[in-house]
Amino acid sequence: MASIWEYANPKKFIDTTNRVIPALWALALVCLVVGLVWGFFFTPDDYRQGSTVKIFYLHVPSALMAINGWFMMLVASLIWIIRRHHVSALAARAAAPVGMVMTIIALLTGAIWGQPMWGTYWAWDPRLTSFLILFLFYLGYIALWSAIEDDDTAADLTAVLCLVGSVFAVLSRYAVNFWNQGLHQPASLSLDAEENVADVFFLPALPSMAGFVLLFIVLVLIRTQTEIRARRMRALLARERMQS
Amino acid sequence: MIALLSRDLALAIRAGGGFGLGLAFFLIVVTLVPFGVGPQSELLSRIAPGILWLGALLACLLSLDRILALDWEDGSLDLLATAPLPMEGIVSIKALAHWLTTGLPLVLAAPVLGLLLNLPQAGFVWLTLSLALGTPALSVIGTFGAALTVGLKRGGLLMSLLVLPLYVPTLIFGAEVARRGAQGMETQTPLLMLAGISLAVIALLPFASAAVLRVNLR
Repeated sequence: MASIWEYANPKKFIDTTNRVIPALWALALVCLVVGLVWGFFFTPDDYRQGSTVKIFYLHVPSALMAINGWFMMLVASLIWIIRRHHVSALAARAAAPVGMVMTIIALLTGAIWGQPMWGTYWAWDPRLTSFLILFLFYLGYIALWSAIEDDDTAADLTAVLCLVGSVFAVLSRYAVNFWNQGLHQPASLSLDAEENVADVFFLPALPSMAGFVLLFIVLVLIRTQTEIRARRMRALLARERMQS
Repeated sequence: MIALLSRDLALAIRAGGGFGLGLAFFLIVVTLVPFGVGPQSELLSRIAPGILWLGALLACLLSLDRILALDWEDGSLDLLATAPLPMEGIVSIKALAHWLTTGLPLVLAAPVLGLLLNLPQAGFVWLTLSLALGTPALSVIGTFGAALTVGLKRGGLLMSLLVLPLYVPTLIFGAEVARRGAQGMETQTPLLMLAGISLAVIALLPFASAAVLRVNLR
Protein backbone atom coordinates (compact mmCIF):
# COMPACT_ATOMS: atom_id res chain seq x y z
CA MET A 1 0.00 0.00 0.00
CA ALA A 2 1.32 3.39 -0.96
CA SER A 3 0.83 6.50 1.12
CA ILE A 4 -2.49 8.32 0.87
CA TRP A 5 -0.86 11.18 -1.03
CA GLU A 6 -0.57 9.02 -4.12
CA TYR A 7 -4.33 8.72 -4.17
CA ALA A 8 -4.65 12.45 -4.61
CA ASN A 9 -4.29 11.42 -8.23
CA PRO A 10 -7.90 10.59 -9.16
CA LYS A 11 -6.95 8.05 -11.78
CA LYS A 12 -4.81 6.12 -9.36
CA PHE A 13 -7.59 6.30 -6.79
CA ILE A 14 -10.18 4.93 -9.21
CA ASP A 15 -7.89 2.15 -10.43
CA THR A 16 -7.02 0.98 -6.95
CA THR A 17 -10.52 1.22 -5.54
CA ASN A 18 -11.90 -0.64 -8.56
CA ARG A 19 -9.71 -3.53 -7.58
CA VAL A 20 -10.66 -3.38 -3.90
CA ILE A 21 -14.38 -2.70 -4.10
CA PRO A 22 -15.61 -6.18 -5.20
CA ALA A 23 -13.71 -7.86 -2.39
CA LEU A 24 -15.01 -5.33 0.14
CA TRP A 25 -18.57 -5.82 -1.11
CA ALA A 26 -18.29 -9.58 -0.68
CA LEU A 27 -16.80 -9.24 2.78
CA ALA A 28 -19.41 -6.69 3.85
CA LEU A 29 -22.25 -8.91 2.64
CA VAL A 30 -20.86 -11.99 4.36
CA CYS A 31 -20.44 -10.11 7.65
CA LEU A 32 -23.90 -8.59 7.44
CA VAL A 33 -25.61 -11.87 6.57
CA VAL A 34 -23.76 -13.77 9.29
CA GLY A 35 -24.34 -11.08 11.88
CA LEU A 36 -28.00 -10.43 11.12
CA VAL A 37 -29.03 -14.07 10.57
CA TRP A 38 -27.20 -15.16 13.70
CA GLY A 39 -28.64 -12.25 15.63
CA PHE A 40 -32.21 -12.63 14.40
CA PHE A 41 -32.65 -16.40 14.38
CA PHE A 42 -30.07 -18.02 16.62
CA THR A 43 -30.18 -15.95 19.77
CA PRO A 44 -32.65 -16.63 22.57
CA ASP A 45 -35.39 -14.13 23.35
CA ASP A 46 -34.55 -11.80 26.18
CA TYR A 47 -36.54 -12.65 29.30
CA ARG A 48 -37.81 -9.12 29.66
CA GLN A 49 -37.77 -7.69 26.17
CA GLY A 50 -38.79 -10.79 24.22
CA SER A 51 -37.82 -10.77 20.58
CA THR A 52 -37.72 -6.99 20.30
CA VAL A 53 -34.17 -7.13 21.58
CA LYS A 54 -33.04 -8.30 18.14
CA ILE A 55 -33.35 -4.88 16.57
CA PHE A 56 -30.14 -4.31 18.54
CA TYR A 57 -28.23 -5.78 15.58
CA LEU A 58 -29.37 -2.95 13.33
CA HIS A 59 -29.59 -0.19 15.88
CA VAL A 60 -26.16 -0.33 17.47
CA PRO A 61 -24.05 -0.72 14.29
CA SER A 62 -25.89 2.06 12.50
CA ALA A 63 -25.47 4.38 15.48
CA LEU A 64 -21.78 3.46 15.53
CA MET A 65 -21.39 4.39 11.88
CA ALA A 66 -23.43 7.58 12.25
CA ILE A 67 -20.85 8.93 14.66
CA ASN A 68 -17.80 7.46 12.96
CA GLY A 69 -19.05 8.73 9.63
CA TRP A 70 -18.89 12.27 10.93
CA PHE A 71 -15.48 11.54 12.39
CA MET A 72 -14.25 10.28 9.02
CA MET A 73 -15.54 13.48 7.41
CA LEU A 74 -13.64 15.47 10.00
CA VAL A 75 -10.37 13.69 9.20
CA ALA A 76 -10.94 13.99 5.46
CA SER A 77 -11.70 17.71 5.81
CA LEU A 78 -8.52 18.24 7.80
CA ILE A 79 -6.48 16.46 5.14
CA TRP A 80 -8.09 18.69 2.51
CA ILE A 81 -7.48 21.91 4.41
CA ILE A 82 -3.89 21.12 5.28
CA ARG A 83 -2.65 19.41 2.16
CA ARG A 84 -5.17 20.24 -0.60
CA HIS A 85 -5.87 16.56 -1.18
CA HIS A 86 -8.73 16.78 -3.70
CA VAL A 87 -9.91 13.20 -3.41
CA SER A 88 -10.08 13.64 0.33
CA ALA A 89 -12.48 16.58 -0.01
CA LEU A 90 -14.64 14.51 -2.34
CA ALA A 91 -14.55 11.59 0.09
CA ALA A 92 -15.86 13.86 2.83
CA ARG A 93 -18.64 14.98 0.54
CA ALA A 94 -19.39 11.39 -0.42
CA ALA A 95 -19.53 10.23 3.19
CA ALA A 96 -22.10 12.78 4.35
CA PRO A 97 -25.26 11.25 2.86
CA VAL A 98 -24.18 7.76 3.93
CA GLY A 99 -23.62 8.98 7.47
CA MET A 100 -26.95 10.76 7.43
CA VAL A 101 -28.76 7.61 6.35
CA MET A 102 -27.03 5.73 9.18
CA THR A 103 -28.30 8.39 11.59
CA ILE A 104 -31.82 7.99 10.22
CA ILE A 105 -31.62 4.20 10.57
CA ALA A 106 -30.42 4.56 14.15
CA LEU A 107 -33.23 6.99 14.97
CA LEU A 108 -35.91 4.88 13.28
CA THR A 109 -34.85 1.55 14.73
CA GLY A 110 -34.55 3.29 18.08
CA ALA A 111 -38.11 4.55 17.77
CA ILE A 112 -39.38 1.12 16.75
CA TRP A 113 -37.54 -0.43 19.67
CA GLY A 114 -38.62 2.31 22.03
CA GLN A 115 -42.33 1.86 21.43
CA PRO A 116 -42.68 -1.62 23.01
CA MET A 117 -39.95 -1.04 25.61
CA TRP A 118 -40.46 2.50 26.86
CA GLY A 119 -44.05 2.86 25.67
CA THR A 120 -43.13 5.78 23.42
CA TYR A 121 -41.52 6.30 20.04
CA TRP A 122 -39.68 9.35 21.15
CA ALA A 123 -38.48 10.81 24.43
CA TRP A 124 -36.28 13.85 24.95
CA ASP A 125 -33.61 11.65 26.37
CA PRO A 126 -29.97 12.84 26.03
CA ARG A 127 -28.94 10.14 23.59
CA LEU A 128 -31.95 10.51 21.34
CA THR A 129 -31.68 14.27 21.37
CA SER A 130 -28.00 14.32 20.50
CA PHE A 131 -28.64 12.02 17.57
CA LEU A 132 -31.32 14.34 16.31
CA ILE A 133 -28.83 17.20 16.56
CA LEU A 134 -26.23 15.12 14.71
CA PHE A 135 -28.81 14.59 11.99
CA LEU A 136 -29.27 18.37 11.72
CA PHE A 137 -25.52 18.82 11.38
CA TYR A 138 -25.42 16.31 8.51
CA LEU A 139 -28.33 18.12 6.89
CA GLY A 140 -26.62 21.52 7.07
CA TYR A 141 -23.34 20.10 5.77
CA ILE A 142 -24.99 18.47 2.76
CA ALA A 143 -27.08 21.57 2.06
CA LEU A 144 -23.99 23.78 2.06
CA TRP A 145 -22.18 21.46 -0.34
CA SER A 146 -25.01 21.51 -2.80
CA ALA A 147 -25.61 25.26 -2.52
CA ILE A 148 -22.18 26.43 -3.68
CA GLU A 149 -21.29 26.18 -7.35
CA ASP A 150 -17.52 26.51 -7.31
CA ASP A 151 -16.03 23.16 -6.27
CA ASP A 152 -12.96 24.38 -4.39
CA THR A 153 -14.88 27.10 -2.53
CA ALA A 154 -17.48 24.55 -1.55
CA ALA A 155 -14.80 22.15 -0.36
CA ASP A 156 -13.14 24.84 1.75
CA LEU A 157 -16.33 26.16 3.30
CA THR A 158 -17.74 22.75 4.12
CA ALA A 159 -14.42 21.67 5.58
CA VAL A 160 -14.43 24.61 7.98
CA LEU A 161 -18.09 23.94 8.77
CA CYS A 162 -17.19 20.33 9.54
CA LEU A 163 -14.44 21.38 11.94
CA VAL A 164 -16.56 23.98 13.74
CA GLY A 165 -19.56 21.66 13.64
CA SER A 166 -17.58 18.86 15.30
CA VAL A 167 -16.69 21.08 18.23
CA PHE A 168 -20.28 22.19 18.60
CA ALA A 169 -21.59 18.66 18.19
CA VAL A 170 -19.45 17.47 21.09
CA LEU A 171 -20.47 20.53 23.10
CA SER A 172 -24.13 19.83 22.37
CA ARG A 173 -23.72 16.25 23.49
CA TYR A 174 -22.59 17.37 26.94
CA ALA A 175 -25.02 20.27 27.08
CA VAL A 176 -27.89 17.91 26.32
CA ASN A 177 -26.70 15.54 29.02
CA PHE A 178 -26.73 18.39 31.49
CA TRP A 179 -30.08 19.67 30.31
CA ASN A 180 -31.90 16.42 30.76
CA GLN A 181 -30.48 15.68 34.18
CA GLY A 182 -31.67 19.14 35.04
CA LEU A 183 -35.19 18.39 33.88
CA HIS A 184 -35.94 14.95 35.19
CA GLN A 185 -34.52 11.50 35.71
CA PRO A 186 -33.42 9.93 32.43
CA ALA A 187 -35.73 7.30 30.98
CA SER A 188 -35.04 3.68 31.88
CA LEU A 189 -31.74 3.73 30.08
CA SER A 190 -30.46 0.52 31.58
CA LEU A 191 -32.45 -1.31 28.91
CA ASP A 192 -30.37 0.48 26.33
CA ALA A 193 -26.96 0.21 27.95
CA GLU A 194 -24.53 -1.92 26.04
CA GLU A 195 -22.52 -2.81 29.12
CA ASN A 196 -24.98 -5.28 30.55
CA VAL A 197 -25.40 -7.26 27.37
CA ALA A 198 -24.67 -10.93 27.79
CA ASP A 199 -22.28 -12.74 25.46
CA VAL A 200 -25.08 -14.68 23.76
CA PHE A 201 -26.37 -11.39 22.47
CA PHE A 202 -23.04 -9.65 22.09
CA LEU A 203 -21.16 -12.12 19.87
CA PRO A 204 -23.48 -11.82 16.83
CA ALA A 205 -23.22 -8.04 17.18
CA LEU A 206 -19.54 -8.21 16.27
CA PRO A 207 -19.98 -9.44 12.68
CA SER A 208 -22.91 -7.13 12.13
CA MET A 209 -20.87 -4.15 13.35
CA ALA A 210 -17.99 -5.20 11.09
CA GLY A 211 -20.48 -5.53 8.26
CA PHE A 212 -21.76 -2.00 8.80
CA VAL A 213 -18.22 -0.63 8.89
CA LEU A 214 -17.35 -2.40 5.64
CA LEU A 215 -20.63 -1.34 4.06
CA PHE A 216 -19.90 2.25 4.97
CA ILE A 217 -16.41 2.06 3.47
CA VAL A 218 -17.64 0.48 0.24
CA LEU A 219 -20.43 3.02 -0.17
CA VAL A 220 -18.09 5.93 0.49
CA LEU A 221 -15.54 4.61 -2.01
CA ILE A 222 -18.18 4.15 -4.69
CA ARG A 223 -19.67 7.56 -4.04
CA THR A 224 -16.21 9.15 -4.16
CA GLN A 225 -15.63 7.53 -7.55
CA THR A 226 -18.95 8.92 -8.71
CA GLU A 227 -18.00 12.40 -7.53
CA ILE A 228 -14.68 12.20 -9.37
CA ARG A 229 -16.39 11.05 -12.55
CA ALA A 230 -19.05 13.75 -12.26
CA ARG A 231 -16.39 16.39 -11.89
CA ARG A 232 -14.46 15.00 -14.83
CA MET A 233 -17.59 15.08 -16.93
CA ARG A 234 -18.25 18.70 -16.03
CA ALA A 235 -14.70 19.55 -17.08
CA LEU A 236 -15.17 17.74 -20.39
CA LEU A 237 -18.46 19.51 -21.07
CA ALA A 238 -16.89 22.86 -20.25
CA ARG A 239 -14.02 22.14 -22.63
CA GLU A 240 -16.43 21.18 -25.40
CA ARG A 241 -18.38 24.38 -24.95
CA MET A 242 -15.17 26.36 -25.13
CA GLN A 243 -14.25 24.78 -28.47
CA SER A 244 -17.62 25.20 -30.15
CA MET B 1 -11.50 49.44 13.85
CA ILE B 2 -13.39 52.07 15.80
CA ALA B 3 -14.22 53.81 12.55
CA LEU B 4 -15.60 50.56 11.20
CA LEU B 5 -17.63 50.02 14.34
CA SER B 6 -19.13 53.51 14.27
CA ARG B 7 -19.88 53.16 10.57
CA ASP B 8 -21.70 49.87 11.13
CA LEU B 9 -23.62 51.28 14.06
CA ALA B 10 -24.62 54.41 12.12
CA LEU B 11 -25.74 52.29 9.18
CA ALA B 12 -27.77 50.03 11.41
CA ILE B 13 -29.47 52.88 13.25
CA ARG B 14 -30.12 55.24 10.37
CA ALA B 15 -30.64 53.11 7.33
CA GLY B 16 -33.91 51.33 6.95
CA GLY B 17 -34.99 50.35 10.43
CA GLY B 18 -32.68 47.37 10.85
CA PHE B 19 -32.17 48.50 14.40
CA GLY B 20 -35.71 48.13 15.70
CA LEU B 21 -36.62 45.19 13.54
CA GLY B 22 -35.22 42.50 15.77
CA LEU B 23 -36.83 44.08 18.78
CA ALA B 24 -40.23 44.26 17.08
CA PHE B 25 -39.91 40.63 16.05
CA PHE B 26 -39.11 39.67 19.64
CA LEU B 27 -42.21 41.51 20.84
CA ILE B 28 -44.41 39.80 18.24
CA VAL B 29 -43.13 36.32 19.09
CA VAL B 30 -43.83 36.92 22.77
CA THR B 31 -47.28 38.29 21.95
CA LEU B 32 -48.14 35.29 19.81
CA VAL B 33 -47.16 32.66 22.36
CA PRO B 34 -50.20 33.12 24.64
CA PHE B 35 -52.45 32.81 21.57
CA GLY B 36 -50.78 29.51 20.84
CA VAL B 37 -50.71 27.93 24.28
CA GLY B 38 -53.59 29.69 26.05
CA PRO B 39 -53.67 32.53 28.55
CA GLN B 40 -53.36 30.57 31.84
CA SER B 41 -50.84 32.54 33.86
CA GLU B 42 -49.32 29.52 35.68
CA LEU B 43 -48.53 27.83 32.38
CA LEU B 44 -47.09 31.05 30.95
CA SER B 45 -44.91 31.70 33.94
CA ARG B 46 -43.57 28.16 33.71
CA ILE B 47 -42.57 28.44 30.05
CA ALA B 48 -41.65 32.14 30.12
CA PRO B 49 -37.84 31.72 30.40
CA GLY B 50 -37.74 29.30 27.49
CA ILE B 51 -40.01 31.44 25.34
CA LEU B 52 -37.98 34.56 26.00
CA TRP B 53 -34.76 32.78 25.16
CA LEU B 54 -36.21 31.29 21.99
CA GLY B 55 -37.61 34.67 20.97
CA ALA B 56 -34.26 36.36 21.50
CA LEU B 57 -32.53 33.62 19.52
CA LEU B 58 -34.94 33.91 16.59
CA ALA B 59 -34.71 37.70 16.60
CA CYS B 60 -30.93 37.36 16.45
CA LEU B 61 -31.19 34.88 13.60
CA LEU B 62 -33.49 37.15 11.64
CA SER B 63 -30.97 39.97 11.50
CA LEU B 64 -27.90 37.85 10.70
CA ASP B 65 -27.96 38.28 6.95
CA ARG B 66 -27.60 42.02 7.46
CA ILE B 67 -24.16 41.57 9.01
CA LEU B 68 -22.25 40.92 5.83
CA ALA B 69 -24.64 40.63 2.89
CA LEU B 70 -25.07 44.36 2.27
CA ASP B 71 -21.34 45.01 2.42
CA TRP B 72 -20.81 42.10 0.08
CA GLU B 73 -23.27 43.44 -2.46
CA ASP B 74 -21.90 46.97 -2.70
CA GLY B 75 -18.29 45.84 -2.61
CA SER B 76 -17.27 47.49 0.63
CA LEU B 77 -16.32 44.06 1.96
CA ASP B 78 -13.60 43.84 -0.70
CA LEU B 79 -12.37 47.26 0.35
CA LEU B 80 -12.29 46.17 3.97
CA ALA B 81 -10.40 43.03 3.02
CA THR B 82 -7.70 45.09 1.34
CA ALA B 83 -7.58 47.59 4.19
CA PRO B 84 -4.68 47.29 6.66
CA LEU B 85 -6.88 45.44 9.12
CA PRO B 86 -6.76 41.74 9.90
CA MET B 87 -9.80 39.86 8.69
CA GLU B 88 -10.28 38.47 12.20
CA GLY B 89 -10.61 42.04 13.45
CA ILE B 90 -13.19 42.92 10.81
CA VAL B 91 -15.25 39.88 11.65
CA SER B 92 -15.08 40.58 15.38
CA ILE B 93 -16.14 44.18 14.86
CA LYS B 94 -19.02 43.08 12.68
CA ALA B 95 -20.14 40.69 15.41
CA LEU B 96 -19.80 43.41 18.04
CA ALA B 97 -21.85 45.83 15.95
CA HIS B 98 -24.50 43.17 15.51
CA TRP B 99 -24.60 42.55 19.22
CA LEU B 100 -24.86 46.25 20.04
CA THR B 101 -27.73 46.76 17.63
CA THR B 102 -29.59 43.49 18.19
CA GLY B 103 -28.39 41.62 21.26
CA LEU B 104 -28.18 44.51 23.69
CA PRO B 105 -31.68 45.88 22.96
CA LEU B 106 -33.03 42.35 23.37
CA VAL B 107 -31.35 42.05 26.76
CA LEU B 108 -32.84 45.36 27.86
CA ALA B 109 -36.30 44.55 26.51
CA ALA B 110 -36.47 41.02 27.91
CA PRO B 111 -37.54 41.99 31.48
CA VAL B 112 -40.44 44.06 30.11
CA LEU B 113 -41.58 41.17 27.98
CA GLY B 114 -41.07 38.92 30.99
CA LEU B 115 -43.81 40.93 32.69
CA LEU B 116 -46.15 40.11 29.82
CA LEU B 117 -45.46 36.42 30.25
CA ASN B 118 -45.86 36.51 34.02
CA LEU B 119 -42.24 35.57 34.72
CA PRO B 120 -41.78 34.86 38.44
CA GLN B 121 -40.22 37.69 40.45
CA ALA B 122 -36.97 35.86 41.13
CA GLY B 123 -36.40 35.19 37.47
CA PHE B 124 -35.88 38.72 36.16
CA VAL B 125 -32.28 39.11 37.30
CA TRP B 126 -31.30 35.69 36.01
CA LEU B 127 -33.07 36.14 32.71
CA THR B 128 -31.33 39.44 32.04
CA LEU B 129 -27.99 38.10 33.19
CA SER B 130 -28.24 34.95 31.08
CA LEU B 131 -29.23 36.93 28.01
CA ALA B 132 -26.44 39.43 28.59
CA LEU B 133 -23.96 36.56 28.78
CA GLY B 134 -25.45 34.47 25.99
CA THR B 135 -26.36 36.93 23.23
CA PRO B 136 -22.72 37.80 22.41
CA ALA B 137 -22.19 34.12 21.63
CA LEU B 138 -25.27 34.20 19.40
CA SER B 139 -23.87 37.18 17.50
CA VAL B 140 -20.43 35.65 17.03
CA ILE B 141 -21.79 32.27 15.92
CA GLY B 142 -24.21 34.08 13.65
CA THR B 143 -21.36 36.01 12.04
CA PHE B 144 -19.72 32.69 11.25
CA GLY B 145 -22.94 31.53 9.57
CA ALA B 146 -23.22 34.82 7.68
CA ALA B 147 -19.62 34.51 6.50
CA LEU B 148 -20.29 30.95 5.29
CA THR B 149 -23.29 31.91 3.18
CA VAL B 150 -22.34 35.43 2.11
CA GLY B 151 -21.63 34.49 -1.50
CA LEU B 152 -24.95 32.74 -2.06
CA LYS B 153 -27.90 34.31 -3.79
CA ARG B 154 -30.55 33.05 -1.42
CA GLY B 155 -28.47 32.14 1.57
CA GLY B 156 -30.98 33.13 4.24
CA LEU B 157 -32.74 29.82 4.68
CA LEU B 158 -29.54 27.83 4.37
CA MET B 159 -27.94 30.04 6.99
CA SER B 160 -30.71 29.22 9.46
CA LEU B 161 -30.12 25.54 8.82
CA LEU B 162 -26.40 25.96 9.47
CA VAL B 163 -26.59 28.31 12.43
CA LEU B 164 -29.44 26.86 14.47
CA PRO B 165 -27.67 23.58 15.35
CA LEU B 166 -24.68 25.65 16.45
CA TYR B 167 -26.97 27.59 18.77
CA VAL B 168 -28.00 24.47 20.69
CA PRO B 169 -25.44 24.58 23.55
CA THR B 170 -25.91 28.31 24.14
CA LEU B 171 -29.67 27.95 24.18
CA ILE B 172 -29.57 24.99 26.54
CA PHE B 173 -27.39 26.66 29.14
CA GLY B 174 -28.95 30.10 28.76
CA ALA B 175 -32.51 28.88 29.11
CA GLU B 176 -31.42 26.64 31.97
CA VAL B 177 -30.03 29.61 33.90
CA ALA B 178 -33.24 31.58 33.35
CA ARG B 179 -35.46 28.61 34.26
CA ARG B 180 -33.57 27.68 37.39
CA GLY B 181 -33.41 31.31 38.42
CA ALA B 182 -37.17 31.66 38.00
CA GLN B 183 -37.75 28.61 40.19
CA GLY B 184 -35.28 29.77 42.79
CA MET B 185 -32.84 26.94 42.21
CA GLU B 186 -29.06 27.03 42.17
CA THR B 187 -27.79 28.59 38.91
CA GLN B 188 -24.04 28.60 39.21
CA THR B 189 -23.17 25.62 37.00
CA PRO B 190 -25.16 26.60 33.89
CA LEU B 191 -24.16 30.22 34.37
CA LEU B 192 -20.47 29.32 34.35
CA MET B 193 -20.97 27.03 31.37
CA LEU B 194 -22.79 29.78 29.49
CA ALA B 195 -20.05 32.28 30.25
CA GLY B 196 -17.46 29.70 29.18
CA ILE B 197 -19.19 29.10 25.86
CA SER B 198 -19.46 32.83 25.20
CA LEU B 199 -15.83 33.52 26.00
CA ALA B 200 -14.52 30.54 24.02
CA VAL B 201 -16.66 31.42 21.03
CA ILE B 202 -15.59 35.08 21.12
CA ALA B 203 -11.95 34.05 21.36
CA LEU B 204 -11.86 31.30 18.74
CA LEU B 205 -14.68 31.55 16.24
CA PRO B 206 -13.52 34.82 14.55
CA PHE B 207 -10.58 32.84 13.17
CA ALA B 208 -12.96 30.40 11.49
CA SER B 209 -15.20 33.22 10.27
CA ALA B 210 -12.21 35.08 8.85
CA ALA B 211 -10.92 31.96 7.10
CA VAL B 212 -14.32 31.36 5.57
CA LEU B 213 -14.69 34.97 4.49
CA ARG B 214 -11.29 34.87 2.82
CA VAL B 215 -12.37 31.82 0.85
CA ASN B 216 -15.55 33.59 -0.19
CA LEU B 217 -13.69 36.70 -1.28
CA ARG B 218 -11.12 34.71 -3.25
